[in-house]
Amino acid sequence: MLTLLRIELFKIFKRPRTYIAFGAIAAVVLLFQIGMKFDGKTYLDLMLNNVSDSFEVSDEFKSKLLNGYFICFAILNILLIQMPLLVALIAGDAIAGEANMGTLRLSMTKPVSRTQYMLVKFMASIIYTLLLLIWLAILALFGSMIIFGTNSLVIFRSEVIEQMNSYDVLWRYVAAFGYAAVALTTVSALAFLLSVFAENSIGPIIATMSIVIVLTILSEFNIPIYDKTVKPYLFTTHMVAWKGFFYVQADADNRTIDGTIQNLPAIFRSLGILVAYIVAFVGSAVWIFKRKDILT
Amino acid sequence: MMSEIIKVKHLTKEFKDVRAVNDLSFSVAAGQVYGFLGQNGAGKSTTIRMLLTLIKPSSGDIEIFGLNLQKHRKEILRQVGAIIERPDLYKYLTALENLRIFAAMSGVKVSEKELMEQLAMVGLAERAHSKVKTYSQGMKQRLGIATALVHEPKLIILDEPTNGLDPQGIADIRNLILHLSKKMNKTLLISSHLLSEMELIADSMIIIDRGKKVVEGKVNELFDPAETVVELKTTDDTAAYEKLQQSGLRKIVKEKRNDCILLKLHRNEIPAVVVQLVQMKVDVISFHSRHSLEDYFLSLTGNTHAYVIKN
Repeated sequence: MLTLLRIELFKIFKRPRTYIAFGAIAAVVLLFQIGMKFDGKTYLDLMLNNVSDSFEVSDEFKSKLLNGYFICFAILNILLIQMPLLVALIAGDAIAGEANMGTLRLSMTKPVSRTQYMLVKFMASIIYTLLLLIWLAILALFGSMIIFGTNSLVIFRSEVIEQMNSYDVLWRYVAAFGYAAVALTTVSALAFLLSVFAENSIGPIIATMSIVIVLTILSEFNIPIYDKTVKPYLFTTHMVAWKGFFYVQADADNRTIDGTIQNLPAIFRSLGILVAYIVAFVGSAVWIFKRKDILT
Repeated sequence: MMSEIIKVKHLTKEFKDVRAVNDLSFSVAAGQVYGFLGQNGAGKSTTIRMLLTLIKPSSGDIEIFGLNLQKHRKEILRQVGAIIERPDLYKYLTALENLRIFAAMSGVKVSEKELMEQLAMVGLAERAHSKVKTYSQGMKQRLGIATALVHEPKLIILDEPTNGLDPQGIADIRNLILHLSKKMNKTLLISSHLLSEMELIADSMIIIDRGKKVVEGKVNELFDPAETVVELKTTDDTAAYEKLQQSGLRKIVKEKRNDCILLKLHRNEIPAVVVQLVQMKVDVISFHSRHSLEDYFLSLTGNTHAYVIKN
């Protein structure tokens, strides 16, 4: 199994297209950081306009606000919506790409079980997803910490400002990145399932993105009838639950309590739903592939 | 008695409403080059894919090395090397990297030196570090064979190994097959629609049509060396054909093709026929006696076209 996994990773990282995603992330993060370095105050003013009626914001507060943690949070808000496309590039190619190249039939004449082959392929796409997130963490979190320094993290919700002490932030990012890994693995599992049906990788990649876009829009619908009937069952609804790690409990004086999370059970529930989707997608992919006649 | 390496019994494969392979039975003895013949669409590739577990049979049994293929898949495939249709490999990797990958997938540890030896055997040692996308079709085919051989299998299955190759490429593959069979004692099952190619390399053969067996046996036994097909070329084939139809030679005229007339006759009859043609004032350009599986095929099926098989 380990040998097969090594082979898969070798094949993935020998292909130039694999590095497109790493390049795209680096470009977005660096451009955002450069923009914030030179014009971060204007960006903050625009954000604070939305809450200035409810809160008084001092200049000292503003200068503390623009730190590495805040920059990273802003980047994650932008990138974690786009990253499914990057993940689908590899997972959608897993089986369909091999079928397209004609290497699937050669591989399947080797003494490797189909279940093993599929699981190894999926594991390789998980590793790719994790490496993308680690790359994102290095650039967006540690890069921003070096460029902008660290301080309390302040995030804005519709009617609430969440403030976390500097020493209470890093573990939240670790948890958020871990959650994002599961969320992106769900997309990866969907692309992987679709890959079994196709004979070239474009189809599964486009189909995955179409499904993610449609379900994300559906998750955002403000129509009450969908709130309890549809939204709770869409995996896209639960993909953004990583933000929950930055929603903190407050005491009677409305001061945030260090080390707390406002609604941990909700995060775990979302996590459970994502894991169930992963199991269903990958289980179906393996089941179908085991019975499939390889005609390509 | 030679042991049977492959034993296929009543194999059938149906795709929706098409029966691609129909109650096919055959066996391949150890050390043989076994020709698997039939026109395109006869069911050769489907059968080979079932032998390699790429396709599940609708019914029937396959035994390889005396073991049931479905139950002992991994054990069997460890001793089988194959190319199915085109030798598609990872084009963005080098020949050596491809070979290393497929060796590892076959479950064997092969040293760099052994891999290079394998590439040398198929004449690719000098291009070992070139990416496969820079290879010609013939080189890809040879690399495909190297990947099929890298784990030293006892049985080699090649599906149309000379497809798309130039004459030199075909000769190279033919020599390689003969080397594997005669020098390395491998058992080979080779599918082809080129009867002339099979004649040069196969010990035994099966001809299938529409998924069914037409004939099976040893190549030298299936031939009647006395029977032959003659290719007659004249200055005016249409006029010559008419003259032949009106003469006593009518019974030996098999077919008129675009560039020649085919006659089917006993070898002893040839001198007399030549004399008759001269007497009939047929302007003969060439009178070429052929002796190939194609002609055997023609005599076997009695068809108007040598490549069309019918029961």
